[in-house]
Amino acid sequence: MTIEMLGDILGSTIIFAIPLMLVALGGMFSERSGVINIALEGIMIIGALIGCLVLRTFNLSGFGPAHPIIAMLITIGISALAGAVFSLLLAFAAINLKADQTIGGTALNMLAPAFAVVLSWAIQGQGNTVINIPTWIRMTESTFGLAEGTGFWHNLIFKSLYLTTPIALVILLISIIILYKTKFGLRLRACGEHPQAAASVGINVYKMRYAGVIISGILGGIGGMAYTIAAGAGFQSSVAGYGFLALAVMIFGNWKPVSIFFASMFFAFFKILGNYSGSLSFLPQFENIKDSNYIYLMIPYIVTLIVLVLTSKKSAAPKAEGIPYDKGQR
Amino acid sequence: MKINKKAIFSISASLVSILVGLILGLILLFVFDSSRALVGFEALIGTGISTAEKFAKVLYQAAPLILTGLSVAFAFKTGLFNIGASGQYTIGAFCALFAATVLGTPWYISLLLAMIGGALWGILPGLFKAHFNVNEVITCIMLNWTGLFLVNLLIRNIPQMIQNYWAGSITNRTVKLALVEKFYGVQTTIPKAGLDTLFGGSSYMNISIFIAIAVSIIVYVVLNKTTFGYEIKACGYNKNASTYAGINAKKNIVLSMVIAGGIAGLAGGIYFLSGTAEYVIEKSLLAMGFNGIPVALLAASNPIGVIFSSLFISYIQVGGEALQRYQFSSEIINIIISAIIYLSAFSFLIRLFIEKIFSKKHREEEIKIEKEQKGGAK
Amino acid sequence: MGNKENYVIEMLNITKEFPGIKANDNVTLQLKKGEIHALLGENGAGKSTLMSVLFGLYQPEEGTIKKDGKVIKINSPNDANALNIGMVHQHFKLVECFTVLDNIILGVEPNKLGFLQKDEARKKVMKLSEKYKLKIDPDALISDISVGMQQRVEILKMLYRDNDILIFDEPTAVLTPQEIDELMNIMRDFTKEGKSIIFITHKLNEIMAVADRCTVLRKGKGIGTVEIKNTTKEELSKMMVGRNVKFTVDKKDIIPGKVIFKVNNLTVPSKVHKNNAVKNVSFEVRKGEIVCIAGIDGNGQTELVSALTGLQKVSGGTIEFLGHDITKAKIRNRSKLGMSHIPEDRHKHGLILDYTLEENLILQRYWEPEFEKAGFIKKKEVRRYAEKLIKEYDIRSGEGPVSIVRGMSGGNQQKAIVAREIDKDPELLVAVQPTRGLDVGAIEYIHEQLVEQRDKGKAVLLISLELDEVMNLSDRILVIYEGEIVGELNPKKTTLSELGLYMAGANRNKSKEADKNENK
Repeated sequence: MTIEMLGDILGSTIIFAIPLMLVALGGMFSERSGVINIALEGIMIIGALIGCLVLRTFNLSGFGPAHPIIAMLITIGISALAGAVFSLLLAFAAINLKADQTIGGTALNMLAPAFAVVLSWAIQGQGNTVINIPTWIRMTESTFGLAEGTGFWHNLIFKSLYLTTPIALVILLISIIILYKTKFGLRLRACGEHPQAAASVGINVYKMRYAGVIISGILGGIGGMAYTIAAGAGFQSSVAGYGFLALAVMIFGNWKPVSIFFASMFFAFFKILGNYSGSLSFLPQFENIKDSNYIYLMIPYIVTLIVLVLTSKKSAAPKAEGIPYDKGQR
Repeated sequence: MKINKKAIFSISASLVSILVGLILGLILLFVFDSSRALVGFEALIGTGISTAEKFAKVLYQAAPLILTGLSVAFAFKTGLFNIGASGQYTIGAFCALFAATVLGTPWYISLLLAMIGGALWGILPGLFKAHFNVNEVITCIMLNWTGLFLVNLLIRNIPQMIQNYWAGSITNRTVKLALVEKFYGVQTTIPKAGLDTLFGGSSYMNISIFIAIAVSIIVYVVLNKTTFGYEIKACGYNKNASTYAGINAKKNIVLSMVIAGGIAGLAGGIYFLSGTAEYVIEKSLLAMGFNGIPVALLAASNPIGVIFSSLFISYIQVGGEALQRYQFSSEIINIIISAIIYLSAFSFLIRLFIEKIFSKKHREEEIKIEKEQKGGAK
Repeated sequence: MGNKENYVIEMLNITKEFPGIKANDNVTLQLKKGEIHALLGENGAGKSTLMSVLFGLYQPEEGTIKKDGKVIKINSPNDANALNIGMVHQHFKLVECFTVLDNIILGVEPNKLGFLQKDEARKKVMKLSEKYKLKIDPDALISDISVGMQQRVEILKMLYRDNDILIFDEPTAVLTPQEIDELMNIMRDFTKEGKSIIFITHKLNEIMAVADRCTVLRKGKGIGTVEIKNTTKEELSKMMVGRNVKFTVDKKDIIPGKVIFKVNNLTVPSKVHKNNAVKNVSFEVRKGEIVCIAGIDGNGQTELVSALTGLQKVSGGTIEFLGHDITKAKIRNRSKLGMSHIPEDRHKHGLILDYTLEENLILQRYWEPEFEKAGFIKKKEVRRYAEKLIKEYDIRSGEGPVSIVRGMSGGNQQKAIVAREIDKDPELLVAVQPTRGLDVGAIEYIHEQLVEQRDKGKAVLLISLELDEVMNLSDRILVIYEGEIVGELNPKKTTLSELGLYMAGANRNKSKEADKNENK
């Protein structure tokens, strides 16, 4: 293996880890407030759908190619907004109507891809379900006024660099600060652990839970966009289970932002390993096995299952997650 | 008579959900293309009974839906949400196809293996829930994907299961069972029992719908007539009281998931042994398992109700295929179905609300009775 | 009331009704500045309802609340906070995985632009901690510290908010005697600074030790307010329990038979705190006697019963039943041997509320050949049996055997449980607060049933908080206090006030000395 290839692998790992991390952080905010969010998959799809449609518009109007960074910033903002609006459906069901959070989430996961297909058709014409992503969104050395490079650093950083990556890293930092250093974070965590205690010191549990779910919508929406960019084949009304994988990342990361960052790198690494396993001599080659990348695809889920069992006694899962909060109950 | 009232509340709550879902569908059709909206809607709700062949297709798709719906409903009765029916269904499909194509077993043995496969996939969330208190929803989601990838991997590496081993060059689909049947000289597909000619020669028609209905009835009997069903439901309603009564709640949780998994596995078997379906190696979960969730919710987890709700879901799915003729995406059906699930999440509430009003009346009556009783005593 | 006393809080003529009961009926409580005011009453007497009104959780139907002489409205806990009213809840409201400091500042976080300023908070907390000798480790997690320290955190929460009206809801229930002494000293220190305290309790010793005045509630009514220096424990006990024994049960004299149930040195861990809930308890129950375990709520009764009936594992000791060691036996096997259990919480354990009446009536017997054949339930037999029980035990419901139990009245729900447990023809009937929350008629009926069991030569173990019930029904009384049996009394030779003193832990040492003397 060459150093260039290492850069390639790490670069690809990062680009796939970014959506996982964003969405898992979103799930973390929601669950820390006490609402189980299995609708992450659906939220990602809606974020990606709207984001890609915005990109398409920018592309057709010529604004995108002329001002790629501004166009991309606006796109990410709108993806976030779309995810947030969609997540309100979950918040309303889970918080106001005290409905079963998993059933509500299941409905949204089913709704999102169907809605995406229907809308793609309606906009692009019958049968055209793929929304293509323009190439100008990629950032290269020239974006920063550098000369086109090669080798390890080029592969690591610039081979597939999009605005979503730096934004995601900033979001990670902000998440850590919000969760642990602010009044809001302290109150949010209290609502997921012991809502009655929070209410007894005057905290509005409903409001905090809405905030948690909406943040998960924002991050889920951006994450959906980031995934679609990473996958590279345009938007096809699906995020291929990354929302569920993000749920696994969140559990594996024990509902903590820094651990979630590492967990997402770990999960993405296995996905990339599957792609590269043929050319990496130190990996088990499974020579007689066709499509051995499925083995690598399975590993994160199996690891999560094992982790679930091993940590079941001391899991950091918010204690009150999934339990509707009722003001009347004391 | 009042017990029937409860059933009426349930049914009316489901009908409200369906109605709202359909109205939403109609609105969507109008939004996208108002000129064709009405004909499209007519196709949506009329196609299922337009011809014998279409109706055969409704029944053909309803059979596995009934079973996945039963799987979810059965788990609900023990207070568990079997969102893993999709994975169990996939494993069941693999086991059935493996048995038919590699082992050359007759259809009923293949179905049995499908059930066992599904049950094995169901036992894990059950064990995790009962002994480690791990939320079954999370385990099921993990197992859905693990199951999908495992099945893809296995099929790709078992040449006899793939089409190109037998004829042609297609490598991502399982073989047509007709070819296998000739080779082994065994009935690997589910018998048609002359039903195909009854339904205008539809290749979709076989006895699977009867198998599914039979299983529904068995599940109904088990849940309502046996001590096992009594225990299972007791655990679902009130785990503490069940423990108090000496019922082994842990054992029942595991058993319930095993049975739910077995039924979902059977669903996979029944669908892929029809002779008309081929397993396509794909990267997304099979929808049939997920559609068991709306089926169960619409039926309020009643095994007999599941028959009707899956017929409905299958019916609008067939109608949805016809939508494409009018330039609408058939995915509109999934929007309708997801709206129905979303509403089902509160139809529980609506039902509870109606029931509360009625039980309040009961209580008032009782208080009256008691007062009279006391008055008499004095 | 006429004199112009310096009252900080006045709750005047408060009436609060819930469907069916008046939880507070024209209750008045006046808190003087700088006093410790005890609020005394049995379980269900309306103490917590009254405090919930003061804390803004309930709105009273009638009555007014005044602070410093001015009429005020308290609509939510936030309003109470703003009026400097603070409360230590009986079940602490602490986030387990937060640090002590985080719990104290939660809700009133010092912050700049939303960013926490914990250093500032830490200084204030440590200052308060030193001043009042409330030792805490601000960086420890709540889950890692003792219950005593958790309580100090709750107290610091109030101090941090500069509250000067402090409500302590049953604060000593979870503390060791040493911790209780400490708490008393702290409470006295607070009053020296002009803070006023409402101290909810039913432990007489503590009231005598620390309170200035005491308001007594009984069955929702205010019985009166007395100066502690002018009263005695006996008098308070009388006020709390009430003199009028309402119903007497006709009981024949019978001589108990042989011992069928024997508990030796039983120790049961608590699910709430780290100490043992039941400590080294031994007793016997004979055929043909009603043995009552009397005590104030939360002294280990729940855990004791859970251990006896198999719902909870024991950490030491043995249980013998009819000659078998059943310490580790499964619930079903205990039931098969002849143990019946009328549980404390009929909704949590006793009934499956969404099942029909007939399904609930066979809950302990559905697997017997009478009701089961080849795995199937004999519906006809079940119906016949249910109809028999409904008739014999006069269980009333809207639709007879097929009524959903959730819709039945509490009295009839309890009758269904009693019918089911007694009709099993048990050798030992464990009845836990069998008349809780029931009206007079149902109470009488259930008492008759229990006595009938005894007269038939069965053993009955009754766990009760109601002193009347204890005195009327039992042949022997064992008093449980803080997980220990602190005395055995003969209901014919003892008095209500003596029993009350034992239950309040006042005679604890006396009985131990008596034990010692006996052993000599």
